[in-house]
Amino acid sequence: MPLVSVRDLKRHYDIRLTGGLFGRRAKLKAVDGVSFDLKMGETLGLVGESGCGKSTTAKLVLGLIPATSGTVSFDGSAVTAAHDAQWRHMRRRMQMIYQDPLGALDRRLPVSAQIGEPIAVHEPHVPADEREARVGEIMTSVGLRADQAASYPHELSGGQRQRVVIARALALQPDFIVCDEPVSALDVSIQAQVLNLLEDLKERNGFTSLFISHDLKVVRQMSDRVAVMYLGMIVEEGPPEDVFHAPMHPYTQALVSAIPTPSRRGKRERIVLEGDPPNPVNKPSGCPFHPRCPSAMSECREFQPMLASHGSRKVACHLRPAPSAGLIAAE
Amino acid sequence: MFAYILNRVARAVLTLIIIVSLAFVILRMSGDPAIMILGPEAPPQAVEAFRKAWGLDQPIWVQYAKYFGAVIQGDLGNSMRDGRAALEVVWERVPLTLAITVPALLLNILIGLPAGVLAALFRNTAYDRLIMMVSVIGFTVPSFVMGLTLSLLLAVWLRLLPSGGSGTVAHAVLPVVTMGIIGAAVIARFTRSAMLEVLGQPYIRTASAKGVPWSQVITRHALANAAIPTMTIIGFMVGSLVAGAVVVESVFSWPGVGRLLVTAVANRDLAVVQVILLLIGFTMVAANLAVDLLYGWVDPRMRTKTATAGA
Amino acid sequence: MSTETLPSEQADAGGSVFSSKNVLRVFFEKWPLAVLLALSWIALLVIIVAFAPFIAPYDYLAISLTDRLAPPLFLGGGWAHPLGTDELGRDVLSRLLMSVRISIVIAFLSTLIAATLGVSLGFIAAYFRGKVEQLVLMLIDAQAAMPFMIIALAVLAFFGNSLMLFTILMGFYGWERIARIARGLALSANEQGYATAVRDIGASPWRIYGRHILPNIASTLIVSMTLNFPEVILLESGLSFLGLGVQPPLSSLGNMVGYGRDYIQSAPWIMLAPSVVIVLTTLAISIVGDWLRDLFDPTLS
Repeated sequence: MPLVSVRDLKRHYDIRLTGGLFGRRAKLKAVDGVSFDLKMGETLGLVGESGCGKSTTAKLVLGLIPATSGTVSFDGSAVTAAHDAQWRHMRRRMQMIYQDPLGALDRRLPVSAQIGEPIAVHEPHVPADEREARVGEIMTSVGLRADQAASYPHELSGGQRQRVVIARALALQPDFIVCDEPVSALDVSIQAQVLNLLEDLKERNGFTSLFISHDLKVVRQMSDRVAVMYLGMIVEEGPPEDVFHAPMHPYTQALVSAIPTPSRRGKRERIVLEGDPPNPVNKPSGCPFHPRCPSAMSECREFQPMLASHGSRKVACHLRPAPSAGLIAAE
Repeated sequence: MFAYILNRVARAVLTLIIIVSLAFVILRMSGDPAIMILGPEAPPQAVEAFRKAWGLDQPIWVQYAKYFGAVIQGDLGNSMRDGRAALEVVWERVPLTLAITVPALLLNILIGLPAGVLAALFRNTAYDRLIMMVSVIGFTVPSFVMGLTLSLLLAVWLRLLPSGGSGTVAHAVLPVVTMGIIGAAVIARFTRSAMLEVLGQPYIRTASAKGVPWSQVITRHALANAAIPTMTIIGFMVGSLVAGAVVVESVFSWPGVGRLLVTAVANRDLAVVQVILLLIGFTMVAANLAVDLLYGWVDPRMRTKTATAGA
Repeated sequence: MSTETLPSEQADAGGSVFSSKNVLRVFFEKWPLAVLLALSWIALLVIIVAFAPFIAPYDYLAISLTDRLAPPLFLGGGWAHPLGTDELGRDVLSRLLMSVRISIVIAFLSTLIAATLGVSLGFIAAYFRGKVEQLVLMLIDAQAAMPFMIIALAVLAFFGNSLMLFTILMGFYGWERIARIARGLALSANEQGYATAVRDIGASPWRIYGRHILPNIASTLIVSMTLNFPEVILLESGLSFLGLGVQPPLSSLGNMVGYGRDYIQSAPWIMLAPSVVIVLTTLAISIVGDWLRDLFDPTLS
C-alpha cells in the first residue's frame, strides 16, 4: 500500500476579472485533477514552470488548504484541511520545508527553541533537558554547531537558516516531508550543500518525500521518480533518467531542451515554445498544452488526454496513445 | 453618491437601535428597579404595585417592545425623585448646555485650525515648537484643572469674572474658554499632522515643481486635501465636548445637562440618566452622520464611488 | 526590557572613539532631556507607589483641628507641613502620596484589563474571521462612537460604586483601540511565514498566538498601552473630581482636587498640589510613550 495516495485532486478559485460593470466572474484552476502515489521511502519530484500549481499541490497534499474536490490519503486515513486536533496530531508524521527560511522562522525566538518546538507540541511530557539534548543531536545531524543554539534567525546565514528549518521538520522523524522549492532562495554554492544534506538525511532516516522545484537538475538529483506539471495537471511521470533523457510529452521535450548543456551543443536543437504563456484562468479546451504544442493535432483541441502507462512511466498526450485503452474523451 | 448616503443613514439607524437596546439591557441588568427605588424594606404589596405600574411584571420581550415604543413617543418615565417627566427635566437644561458647547466648538475650530496649519507650514521653527508645546495641554491637563486654574487666576485673584453660576454672558466666559482651549489644542495637533502628511505627497511636490506659486499650492491643493481628515476629528470633538461639558459645568456650577447628569448619577435617578444617555447617543449618531455626509460632499472620490467602497 | 539597554551600550561604545564631550552629545541624542526628566518623574512615582505609607510624614487620615488650613512652604508655611494642611488639618503631602498610590494603581490595573480585553478580542477576531470578526468590529465601533465618560457615568448610576467595580469600569477604557491594533497585527502576522510554519508543525492556536504572534507584536502593544495610561489617569481623576470615582475615606488625585475646590479662595494649595501632580504625570508618561513609539515603531500613528 502506498504511504501517500492522491486521487483527482482539484483546487479552483473563484475570481473576479477587472472590467465590465461588476467584473467578470471566472474560475482559476490552480490544480485540476492530479493523481499520484508515493511508496514508503520514495521521493517524487514535481517539476514545472512557476504558476503551474506545484506549490498548491504541496499545500493540498498536506491538508494546509482545503481541496475543491479529490482525495488525499496518508497511511490509510484521509487528509482533510479542518485544522482540528486530529489534523494537528497528523502533523507529527508529515512536515514541510519552506522556500523562504527567514520568513518561516520566528525572529524573536532562538533557533534551538524553534527546532525543539515540534517536540514540545507533540511530546509535551518530554522534560526540557531531554528535549534540549535531542535538539542538540538534530542540530549536529544537519550540520549546525552546538554554539548556534542560542542564535536568532537573523544572526545566521541563508544556508544555516534553511538547516534550521530542515532540523525543525525532522525533529520528530516524520514519515513524510514536502520540500517546497527548498533551495531556490539560496545562493548556488549553498544550494549544493543543502541538497547533499537532504540526501544524507534521507539515506539515514528513510523518509518519504514530495520534492518540488522548477529546476530540472535539482529534481533529477533528488528524486526516485519525477512528475512534470503543466497548468494544474501532470503531463508526464516516470523515472528521472527516462523522463529527462527520452521525454515523451512535447512539453517535457521543450523543458529538457531548455537546460543549458554546453557539451551537447549542436546535438539537440532547442525547442522554443510559441504562443501565450500558460494562464490558469483561461485554460484551453482539450489538451491544455495544445496552443503551444509544436505537433498539435485536431483532436488535441477537443479531447483532454488522460495519463496512460507506457512501461515504467505515464504520459498524457494524444501522440502517445496508451497501448491498451486508447482515447478517452474529456468530460 | 445616493448609495453612499443611504448606507450612512442605515448605519446611523442601526446604531440608534443598538443604543436603545443597550439602554434597555443596562436598565434591566442593574437589578430590580422596584427594590432599588422603594428600598429593601419595602412591603411586598408596595413592590407589587410598583411593578404593575412600571410594567415590570410582563415578559421581558414585551417590556423590550414597549420600551422601544416609549422611546419613540418620547415617554421615558418620570424622574424617580421629583416625579416630573424625565424628558422634560432634561430638555429644559439643553439650551444652557448648547450655550457653552457651541461657542466652545467654534473657538476650537477658529484657534485650532489656523494654529495647526501654520505649525505645519513653519515646520521645525520656533513657532511650530511653541504651538506644539502649548498644544500638549490638550492631552495632559484635565478640564477640571484647567477650569479651576482659570477660575483661580481670573475670578479669585484678578476678580474679572464670576467663578460660577449662570445668568449673564460673563458667567459663560470661563466655561467656554476652558473647553475652547483644550479642544483647540487637540485640533491644532491633528491638523498639523494631517497637513504635514499632505505636504509630503508627490502631487504637492509636482505642483510646486511645475512652478505653481507656493501660496497657491497651499490654498488649492494642500488645504483642500488636509480638510478631509481634519473633518473627522471635528466629529470626534463633539463627543469630547459632551464629556467635557459634564466636568466643566460642575466646575463652574453651570446648570446644564452635564451637571444634571452628575447629580442624577449621584442620586441614582435612573430615568433622568437614561434620558441623558439616549440624548447623547442620538447627538453622537447625528454628529457622525453629519460628518460622513460632509465627507462625501467634500471628497470628490466619494461622489462616484459606491456605498461598499465607502464602508 | 532588553532593548532598553541598547542605546546606552551604544553611547558607551562611542566613548572609546570620541572625546568625552561627544559622549555627552551622543548620550543626549539617544536620551533626550525631556525623556530623562519624564523617566525620573515616573521613577519617583514608582517609589511613591511602593513606599507611600513609609514616606508619608503623617497618617493621611489624621485630623488635627488646631492645624487647619496651614499654608505650604512657598506661601510662608513651616516645615511641619511642607505642602500645608487641608480644612480638617490633614497633611496635604501625606494625602498626596496616598492619592498618587491609588490613582497610579487604578490606572495600571485598568490599563492591564484594557490590554487583556483588547488583545483577546483582537486575536479572537483575527483567528475566527467571518461573523465573529464582524461582531468584534461592531463592538469596537459602538465603543468608539460614545464618549466613554458618559458610559462610565451611566454604569456608575445603574450599578453603584465600589473600588473594584470602578477599576474594572476604567479597564474598559481604550480596549477598542488596542483590539483594533491587535487584530491588524495578528492578521498581518498570519500572512507571514512564521505563524503559518508553526501552525503546520501542529501547534494549537493558543501556542501560535501566545508564544509566537504575541511576542512579535508586543512592542507595538506596549507602546499603545503606554499611551492609554495617561488617558485613564485623566478619566479616573475626572470622575473622582465629580465625586463619582474613588470614594472617601480613600483618596485619589481627582477627589483631592474636588474637595479642595471649595477652598479655592482661602486655601488654593489643597487643589493645586494634586493638580500639578496629575499634569506632570500625564505629561511624563505621554513623553515616554511618544519616545517608545519612535524607538520601536515609527509606523504607528
